[in-house]
Amino acid sequence: MTKERVMVFSRFERFWHWFQAVLIVALMITGFEVNGAYEWLGYEAAAQWHRWTAWVLIWLWVFAIFWHLITGEWKQYVPTPRGMIDVIRYYTVGIFDPGVSHPYKKTRLAKHNPVQRVAYSTFNILITPIIWITGLLYMFYNDWGALGLDGLITLSGVALVHTAAAFAMLVFFIGHVYMAGFTAKPFYGYLKAMLTGYEELEPHPDNSAGRPDRPNARPAP
Amino acid sequence: MNGTVRLPPGTLTSRAARALICCILAAVLVWATTAPAPAQAGSAAAQGAITGTSRIEVAPDSTADHTTFEELQGPFDSGPAVTAACLECHVNAADQLHRTTHWTWAFDNALTGQTDLGKRNVVNNFCVATATNWPRCTSCHIGYGWKDDGFDLTQDTAVDCLVCHDTTGTYKKFPTGAGHPAYEDTTWQGKPWPAVDLARVAQAVGRTSRETCGACHFYGGGGDGVKHGDLDSSMADPDFSLDVHMDRDGLDFRCSTCHTTGSHQVTGSRYTTTAVDRIGIDVPGHTDDTRATCESCHGMAAHDDHPKLNEHTDRVACTTCHVPAFARGGPKTKMWWDWSTAGQFNDAGKPYVVKGEDGYPLYVSKKGTFEWAADVTPEYRWFNGIVRYTQRGETIDPSGVVPINAIEGSAADPDARIWPFKIMRGRQPYDSGHNVLALPHLFGKDEAAFWKSFDWDKALRGGMQAETVSFSGSYGFVETEYAWPILHMVAPKEDAVGCNECHTVGGRLAGLTDFYMPGRDTFPWLTAVGWGAAGLTLLGVLGHGLARLIAAARKRRTAA
Repeated sequence: MTKERVMVFSRFERFWHWFQAVLIVALMITGFEVNGAYEWLGYEAAAQWHRWTAWVLIWLWVFAIFWHLITGEWKQYVPTPRGMIDVIRYYTVGIFDPGVSHPYKKTRLAKHNPVQRVAYSTFNILITPIIWITGLLYMFYNDWGALGLDGLITLSGVALVHTAAAFAMLVFFIGHVYMAGFTAKPFYGYLKAMLTGYEELEPHPDNSAGRPDRPNARPAP
Repeated sequence: MNGTVRLPPGTLTSRAARALICCILAAVLVWATTAPAPAQAGSAAAQGAITGTSRIEVAPDSTADHTTFEELQGPFDSGPAVTAACLECHVNAADQLHRTTHWTWAFDNALTGQTDLGKRNVVNNFCVATATNWPRCTSCHIGYGWKDDGFDLTQDTAVDCLVCHDTTGTYKKFPTGAGHPAYEDTTWQGKPWPAVDLARVAQAVGRTSRETCGACHFYGGGGDGVKHGDLDSSMADPDFSLDVHMDRDGLDFRCSTCHTTGSHQVTGSRYTTTAVDRIGIDVPGHTDDTRATCESCHGMAAHDDHPKLNEHTDRVACTTCHVPAFARGGPKTKMWWDWSTAGQFNDAGKPYVVKGEDGYPLYVSKKGTFEWAADVTPEYRWFNGIVRYTQRGETIDPSGVVPINAIEGSAADPDARIWPFKIMRGRQPYDSGHNVLALPHLFGKDEAAFWKSFDWDKALRGGMQAETVSFSGSYGFVETEYAWPILHMVAPKEDAVGCNECHTVGGRLAGLTDFYMPGRDTFPWLTAVGWGAAGLTLLGVLGHGLARLIAAARKRRTAA
């Protein structure tokens, strides 16, 4: 069966992904220094860079959310149990046999397998918002009184949740780097797709459903 | 010239005439150089007046020339005689002074309800108490003749005008003179101590200066820099690095620039310190009319280019960062005074002194054992301005360290800020029968005086004879600590305490554990769980990858 070359990740998506990756790595490096894991930049510089990069990431997310809402690409992340077991079985058993191929047949409109959908949704609607909210509370600590938050929350509580979410982010990061960077066939396949935007997919009508950055451009009948 | 201080120009002395000519010449010079842009000259002069950096010759401060006054021609046989002359014109001065803590040495604290504070009442851990040691201690009283309990605080001529208003630098109270200077040539500790020329000093009176305030406040505790740590003789002539405000080549502040006075009441109190001044920058008519807080001039948000620092001013006092160390000017400050070792004699059976290499006494038979330090990092405590003293006759717990003054405040107290302190520590006598701090009679020619007889029993009996709680007959030594807020020796901003000195494990604020501080505090269990989870994830993916490699290799081998 001949595969077709499909643009899976649009230019904006790739920009968003890699810029976000750099920012998150920077935030983890500075954040865990603030948390006392090591001493490199010193607290002042680490905290300063942590705040600056956080604002850039927030700005980036505003664009990304807007893009996902407008393009409808947010639907890619809706979790589904369908095929979940097969994917889990593949990663725990099948993957060790080079002859077994991935059970999930991705298409242009459903590019994330069920495990990815759960993982990315956790990232999008759990880890990141918790980090954002607690991080903003942290930054606006001096305004808690004006915001009516005094007495409701404590700095140590905010720090606790923020740090816990940061560890969850670190766990996601390690898992994601491995899964997305090393588990394709060949191992760099997914990474290449995230760099070039294109992936060789099995033919499917959805694949011609326009480019992801112009999803409404339906193929001619 | 009873009743008038105005003199016709013809009576000006030659000195005043010279001054007048100089002023006219200077004025002509200033006019000549700035005439093309008079507005600019005016603003420069105004700026100079604000910053004190102006070197423009200006008219003398005073509208009077005291050298010309008949009343001040002398000769004077005593300080009180000079005061009598001052009061001829300054008719309300004695009354004003009588109302000040500088005069009464007594203070009632409305915040704590504690009465009978002030120098005449409180116990400290230097020379312990003024009672029964009056003539020595009152060499720093702004009066004459406080020899004993019977001193009449209502006398007008007992007020010492000159000790604050001298501009000659020659007026010094004799150390054991109960507030009097030396009227005849004498000696002190083997060195000559010349008689003061009262008429000369009286004619040269002027505004207070770093030197006049410092004559007492630099030497508190009996020597240069002994007591405060942030006040010593180096502050008479400081450079920018020692104190940015008092810098002799810069702003050149005098003490009263901040410790503003009205009716001779000097603002700024150690008994009721303003721990946070939310009134901020003083605007006439809308404030407390004192500049004795940093905020009076700088407000609560002084860091224009660093908003994060402004977000600290609600919980961190200005000097916590801006006075990174005290005793920075050269003189050391006393950090430890152990009275329990006092009274030892040398082989010849005589009291003796042991000095360190730098000349500072480490042991003095009269006083015990000392420790000194320079460039001292302050200790930090929450402080809301409330200070509670352990007073005379108050029961103490001798099993622990007795606070001479308890500094109040905590992280939970919104009116408290983190303040820097010099903590003076030592061991001092206490009455072990009554469990009260003991008051030794130290100074005097009588047998009870410790510095005469070296007998604690006699000294404590004598020192406490007039107390409500008299001496029980048994005594011991108890460790005490006395917290001195650090406010002076404000360093250049480049030398201010940086973020990393507190936001770190084991930093300057390691002792303040009642709040969460980023960079210092973590949740050890979360750290363990978090890094554990990350480590297991990493192990998991590495194991997974390794297993795939092995499986692939095996497959290739079987295929081959």
